[in-house]
Parts: sequence; structure tokens; C-alpha cells
Amino acid sequence: MSTYAQKKGVGAVIWDYLTTVDHKKIAILYLIAGGFFFLLGGLEAMFIRIQLAIPNNNFVSAGLYNEILTMHGTTMIFLAAMPLLFAFMNAVMPLQIGARDVAFPFLNSLGFWLFFFGGIFLNLSWFLGGAPDAGWTSYASLSLASEGHGIDFYALGLQIAGFGTLIGGINFLVTIINMRAPGMTYMRMPLFTWSTFVASALILFAFPPLTIGVFFLTFDRMFGANFFDHTMGGNTIIWEHLFWIFGHPEVYILILPSFGIFSEIFATFSRKRLFGYSSMVFATVLIGFLGFMVWAHHMFTTGLGPIANAIFAVATMAIAVPTGIKIFNWIFTMWGGSIKFTTPMLYAVAFIPSFVMGGVTGVMLGAAAADYQYHDTYFVVAHFHYVIVGGVVFALLAGTHFYWPKMFGTMLNELLGKITFWLFLIGFHLTFFIQHFLGLIGMPRRIFTFLPGQGLETGNLISTIGAFLMAVATIVLLVNIVITSVKNVKVGNDPWGDGRTLEWALPSPPPFYNFKQLPLVRGLDPYWIEKMNGNKEMTPAEPIGDIHMPNNSFIPFMISLGLFIAAFGVMYRVDHAWGLPVLIAGLAITFGSMMVRSIKDDHGYHIHKEDLLEDEDKGVKA
Amino acid sequence: MKRLAKWRLLPLFAVMALLAGCGEPFLSALQPAGEVAQLQFDLMLLSTAIMVGVIVIVTVLFIIAITRFRRKSENEIPKQVEGSHKLEIIWTAIPILLVFVLAIPTVAATFKLADVSPMDEKNEDGKTDALVVNVRANLYWWEFEYPNEEIVTSQDLIVPTDEKVYFNLIASDVKHSFWIPSVGGKMDTNTENINRFWLNFDDAAADEAGRIFYGKCAELCGPSHALMDFKVKALPRAEFDQWVTDMKAVTEPVQAETAEAQAGQEVFNNSCIGCHAVTPANTTPEAARMGPNLTDFGNRTLVAGILENNEENIKKWLKDPEAIKPGNKMTGKYDLSDEEIDAVTEYLMGLKVQE
Repeated sequence: MSTYAQKKGVGAVIWDYLTTVDHKKIAILYLIAGGFFFLLGGLEAMFIRIQLAIPNNNFVSAGLYNEILTMHGTTMIFLAAMPLLFAFMNAVMPLQIGARDVAFPFLNSLGFWLFFFGGIFLNLSWFLGGAPDAGWTSYASLSLASEGHGIDFYALGLQIAGFGTLIGGINFLVTIINMRAPGMTYMRMPLFTWSTFVASALILFAFPPLTIGVFFLTFDRMFGANFFDHTMGGNTIIWEHLFWIFGHPEVYILILPSFGIFSEIFATFSRKRLFGYSSMVFATVLIGFLGFMVWAHHMFTTGLGPIANAIFAVATMAIAVPTGIKIFNWIFTMWGGSIKFTTPMLYAVAFIPSFVMGGVTGVMLGAAAADYQYHDTYFVVAHFHYVIVGGVVFALLAGTHFYWPKMFGTMLNELLGKITFWLFLIGFHLTFFIQHFLGLIGMPRRIFTFLPGQGLETGNLISTIGAFLMAVATIVLLVNIVITSVKNVKVGNDPWGDGRTLEWALPSPPPFYNFKQLPLVRGLDPYWIEKMNGNKEMTPAEPIGDIHMPNNSFIPFMISLGLFIAAFGVMYRVDHAWGLPVLIAGLAITFGSMMVRSIKDDHGYHIHKEDLLEDEDKGVKA
Repeated sequence: MKRLAKWRLLPLFAVMALLAGCGEPFLSALQPAGEVAQLQFDLMLLSTAIMVGVIVIVTVLFIIAITRFRRKSENEIPKQVEGSHKLEIIWTAIPILLVFVLAIPTVAATFKLADVSPMDEKNEDGKTDALVVNVRANLYWWEFEYPNEEIVTSQDLIVPTDEKVYFNLIASDVKHSFWIPSVGGKMDTNTENINRFWLNFDDAAADEAGRIFYGKCAELCGPSHALMDFKVKALPRAEFDQWVTDMKAVTEPVQAETAEAQAGQEVFNNSCIGCHAVTPANTTPEAARMGPNLTDFGNRTLVAGILENNEENIKKWLKDPEAIKPGNKMTGKYDLSDEEIDAVTEYLMGLKVQE
């Protein structure tokens, strides 16, 4: 089975990726698709900042602006940040726990294709009569009043993509519970694996409320139900609750894996084990738990009354404690260490002050009585961009540089990486710091323009200039990726030289079966332990034997395609007679594909011991 | 604030210097012009001071860490430290204390701002002694009904200074949010239930702001969300009472005086009166008040909430409202010639209950 090194035609490569169930290839798919949506969301952000650069601007019209702001938020959260994190989870987590793949490789592929088709469906709205325009929160009274099919695209697109995320989350949970290598106890798991575990648990509990909310919205808009129509006995506040019971944990779904990536980077480039590992794990779990107790702080001005507001205010402030523990543990990981400022480490270092600023404004927002002033202003916009860009996007950029060699076998250029970093860092603070003040001096969020003479001109102009710096930084990153891919200089197992966890014990990229022999884990940071003991590679926990592998499958693509087609049917059923047959045809494809999957036995195949030994003789590193 | 230790005051002063005086007095939450905004501003200062303190401590530790522990030689292997119980207890306990310092005034303020009990204390007429305003938010305009005074006005909220004004808030179409930044934080106008809160407009601050505060819609409500502004005229109690009296004096539509205005009134009665009332009585049901009440239109601060109130702008608005407020509900409801628009404009500008 040494197909691994063979050259393949373009068609064969595409077919391979369409049908792959290998977590490393699915990671690359997530990275490409998530990266594409990230650029799209970034482009939308640029339109927003250009429109707001000067008062009374008419770069885009009022209605179009609302579509852009909605798609910016929705795209960045659902189609960029989460899939990009999934890319790293897929690429790294199974390697970190010493597994040959995730627990359900087929579902892994299904999760990706559902997300992909959901995202494409949502974005096709631009070409089919207009995008959703009620904000990424899509509050019920406005989303029901919105004309055209924009909101329908939102509801159906998120439903499909949401299934993908839910499936992905369950898959990661099962993988981490069941597939750890011998000796890899829970309290020896790297922090990135731990945060993947907790984030996946959050997905498991947070996505069902979104699914229900979006179903209600779909039925209200497309099948004449009245869940949110108060004149018919419905209630719009229910949507706010459902959305935020999902929506608040969602930000922890994004930030916890980001914390995980940074924890790995801090330990690696300080050459020091993570300070207070147990309290880091504890803090991660606690943040995940508290994340479900605070959703109503998004609704302080909804009129829930002082008792609810006070309880949710105090609960919100409590989250500062475990987050603070993490910040100090990171600083003390560096303390006494041997810090090397690589590009990933620069992001990690810059993340601390940036994220702390976002964190403290979060506590300020938690003070309910004062939040009445902050709520729905640019202060909130500044806050969540500080946590999501200063936390999550920094982590994604850091992770891209850090894990690039493990995913592709090449190193991104460090000089270009550092240029990207500085441009992005400066642009980021320039864009968002001033927005705190814009909010406080009276600028509501989600406004398509502002009138002159209200003291808002300077701040908005500065903010727009900052956004351009971030855009340039992103372009430099793209150039870096192209140059690196063209040069194609391959690197070895541990290109950073300071790898601590199992993934760095494997070749870059690892062979498709990951571990020829499952490794024996002898403590936290197992690869570091082996290196310190003078070993070049992990001690195996088993003799070389046959490895059972799953077959590739085109069925996940078909299942997702069916839902994609059905979604058009649901939506156009209201206007056109052909809607219903399309709906039925789409569902037939989906359920037919599921049937094929159920009936057809697919036992996978074995890589034989002899082939593995032969690979070794030929010099294929494994 | 006085009880805080001296060293705490240092970041506080720094923060105050940074925050105070930002923005315009008629719009900025940082220039509080009433009890509510002041309370919120104090809470902001307290929380900002604590948070700046946290940032300073983190930054100092952080800078020491990244400068002192740079890698000097490629071969150095630092000691692998597991952690420190003492340190970890310290940085768990101190944040908990800080959270308490912030949580207690927060909870107290939250309850204080929610105290609307005078709205329930009815006198023998079934009215409240406190001034109550019913705010009804509509797609891109605001209606203000004074249930005790039994009058309605729109777009310009008239309030007396230096007393608590209580608000009932509701939206008639989609959710909006009622916000007067310099006077106090916002509250949402939901579609299905009435929200209640109070504000207090400070007379001296109102004077400084030119008696006009800016009000905004803070919840995305459609294309013209950004343009759904209103104005607040904060007057001393006596002037407010005079305004109420003058409003109440208008019991039936005032007859226009000039010939052109009379022609305009005719056009208005044929084309506009279906939605816009020119008498202030609140006897018409809410559902029938489909457009802003125009009784005191001539005294409006702005046309459509955003344009200076002059003849030219009124004509511009009447000719093509869609160009000014996209998605508004007036577009296409009438068909007037240029002459008719001129006449209606003349009539509207004469609608004043006070000179």
C-alpha cells in the first residue's frame, strides 16, 4: 500500500478529496472552505468599513448594507471561524491522542459536506434575490417581516450547516473518549485536545436549541406557523432565548479551542510544560459549564426584569475568574521559560493583552445597569471583535503558521508571517479600539450611515484605516501561502524543533494511517519526554500488525447534496409549483443515499503488516 | 467612591480624564445629563477603574515575562515547572473579590433602575401623580402619548426637567429600542409586551445641551434603522405645563390662514389625514394612528427625524420619501403634484401650537 507517494492526476485528486474519510484530508477541506468563507466575510467587512468611513456615505444602499452586515456576521461565525477551528481539530486532535483516525470517519466527511453545502446555499442568496438582512441574530419580528427569500436562505442554510457541526462535535467527543493511545489518560491530554473535547460537548448541547429556533423560523416563514407571531399567540422573545441559549455557548465553542491552540504554542516556544495544567483543564471545563448560564446577558434590555438581570449579571462576571486563571497560567508558562519568537508565538504573545482587553469589557458589559448604555452600540461591536478577532482569529492565524508544516509538510515563510502579524495586529487595534468610544458617545450598532455633526466622524475614519491594514495583512498571508506551496520545501517530523505532543513525533504530513504502531504515552507532553530521554521517536505500545482502514465514500457528498436540493424545494414551494417535487427529489437523494449506506456492507480494508514493513525499507518515514 | 483607597483613585482619575468630555453633550453617554445616566456613568467608571487595574497588572507581568525570558542559547532547557498552588490561589481569589466589588453596586443599580412603582399608584381619577409617557415605536418614527394629559405627539418628545419621567414602551410593527444616550440607557420596545422604565432629565445639563437631546433606535429594524432618530425637548416644569395646555387647546383641526395654506389643508384632508392626525387628543385607537401626529409640526426640530425643518426639506421629503428614508411606510401612499406639495408644505409649516 505505498500509493501514498504516487503522483496522481488532477481528476483523481479531486475525486479523492470528494470521497475521503481521512481526518487529515478533511482538515484540508475545512481549511480551504473555511478560508474561502473567511475571505468572503472579510470582503463584506471591508464594504462595511468603506460605507462608514465618512458620514452620509452612499457606497452601498441602506437595504444592501443590512444584507452585508448580516452575511458578515453569519459567515464569520458559522462558515469561517468554526470550520477553520474544525480544520485544526481534525488535523491535530487525532494525532495528539495517538489515534489512527476519528471514531466515525464517514460521519466526519458527512459533517464537512453538510457544512459546505449549507454555506454555499446561504451565499447563493446573493445571486437569488438578496441575502438575509436581519442581522446574524435574526430577531424574530424583523426576520418575519423581512421580504424576499433572504431569511429563508439563512434559516435553511444554517440548518444544514448546523447538522454538520453537530455531527462533527459528536464525532470528536466519541473519538476523545474512546480512541486515546495506551497511557494517554484524560489528565495527560494536550490542552488543545481538552478544549476540543469541551467545545464539542458545548456543540452537543448548544446546537439543538439553534436547530429548534431555526425550525420554528422556517415553519413560520414557509409553512404558515405562528411560533413568533404575537398577534396569533406567538412570542418573539422565545426566539431571543433560543438564539442566545445557543449563541452564548457558541462564542465559547470558538474561544476554547483557540485557547487550546495558544496553550500548545506557549508551551512549545517557551520550552516549558504548561504552568498549572490541572487548573487549566479545570478552568476550561468551568468556562464551558458557565457558558450555558449567562445567555440572558445578551437580553438585558429586553425587559426580563431586575431579578433575571441581576442573576445573569453576576453569573457573567463569574466567568472572568476561570478566564483570569488561564491568562495568568499562560504568563507563568512563559515565566522562567526559553521564549522563541516565531510567528505563531508572536500571535500568542499579542493575544494576551488583546484578549484581556476584550475580556474586561465583557465584565463591564455584564454589569447589567451599565449595559443599558452599552447594549447594541459600537461598544459591543468593539468588545466582541476584541474577543473574536483578538482571541479566535489570532488563534486561527497562529494555528495556520504553527500547524502548516504538520498539515502540508512545508513551512510558511517566517518573514512574511511576521509582516502579516504586525500589519494585522496594528490594523486590528486601530479598527476596534476607537469603537469602544464611538459606542459610548452615542453610535448604535448596525447603522448603515451616520449624520454629520454628532462627533462620530474621526473615530469612524480611523476605524476604516485600520480595517485596510488588516486586509493588507491577509493578502500578505495569501502570498505567503502561494510562495510556500510553489517552493514546496519539505520538512521533517518536528520542524519547530520544540514539539512536545504526539503530532510532532510523526512525519509531516503523517502517513494516511498516522501511527504504524500506536505509541506508548508516558506522561504529559509525551514526545518531549521521549526527546529528553534521548529517544528519537515514540516507544511503540504494540508490535507491527495489520491496520484496519475505512474505505472512501461518495455517500456523504450525496446525502448533503440531497438536503441542498431539498432546501431549494422548501423555499420555492411557496412561489412555484415545481418546489414540492424538488423538495421530494432532494429528500429522496438524501434518504436513498442513507439507505445505500445502511444496506451495503462496507468493511473497509487492511493494510498488511508486510506492506508496512516494506514502506519502512523503502524509506517512507512512519 | 470616597471610601476607595487612595491608590485606587489613581487609575480612576486617569480613566475619568480619558472618558469625561468625550462626544457631544446632546448625544454622549459620557456626559450624563440625568440621574440614570449618572448612575450608569459611575458604574462605568468603577468597572473601568477595576479593569484598567487588571490590565496594568497583567501587562506588567506579561512584559517582564517576554523580555526576561527570551531564548539566549539554542541548547537551554528550562526547568519544567508543574505549577504553584500559592500563586494559583492568589489569582483565583483576587478576581473573585474584584467581581464582588463590581457585582454589589451592579445589582443595587439594576433594581433601582427597574423601580417603576409610582406608575402603579393611581389617584382617584385613575391617573398617576407621576408623569407617564407611552412610547410607541413604528417603522422609522416614534409616537409619544401622555395618558394623564390625554395628548399625543410624535418625533419630538417633550419632557419636564428635574423629575422622574416614566415610560411605557411598545413597538407596533417590529422590535425597536428606545435610547437617549446622554440621559440614560436604553430599553427595547417589544412587539408583544409593554416594558417600563424611568428617566430623569437634568435641567442644567439640558440647558448646556441647548434643551435638545438626541434619541436613537438601537435595535436593527430595517433599512432605515440608522435614520430612526427622535429628539427630546427637556423644558422646565412651567414651560412643559404651558406646552400641555397649548396642546390641549387644540380640540379640532386649526383652520389655515393664508390662501395657499388653505389649499394645502384641503389637499391634506383628502390625501394625508387618513394616517396623520392634526389634533392631539389620544381618543383615536392606536391602530388608527398610522403616521406621526402632526399637531405641532411647525415646531418640530427636524423633518422625518433627520433633516432640518425648513420648507425645502419638507418638499423634498414629500416628493420622494423613499430617497430619504428607504423602506418607510409613507412612500406610495399618495400622489401629489408639485403645486399640491407646495401647498401642503405651506399648511404644515403653519401647524404650531406655540409661537
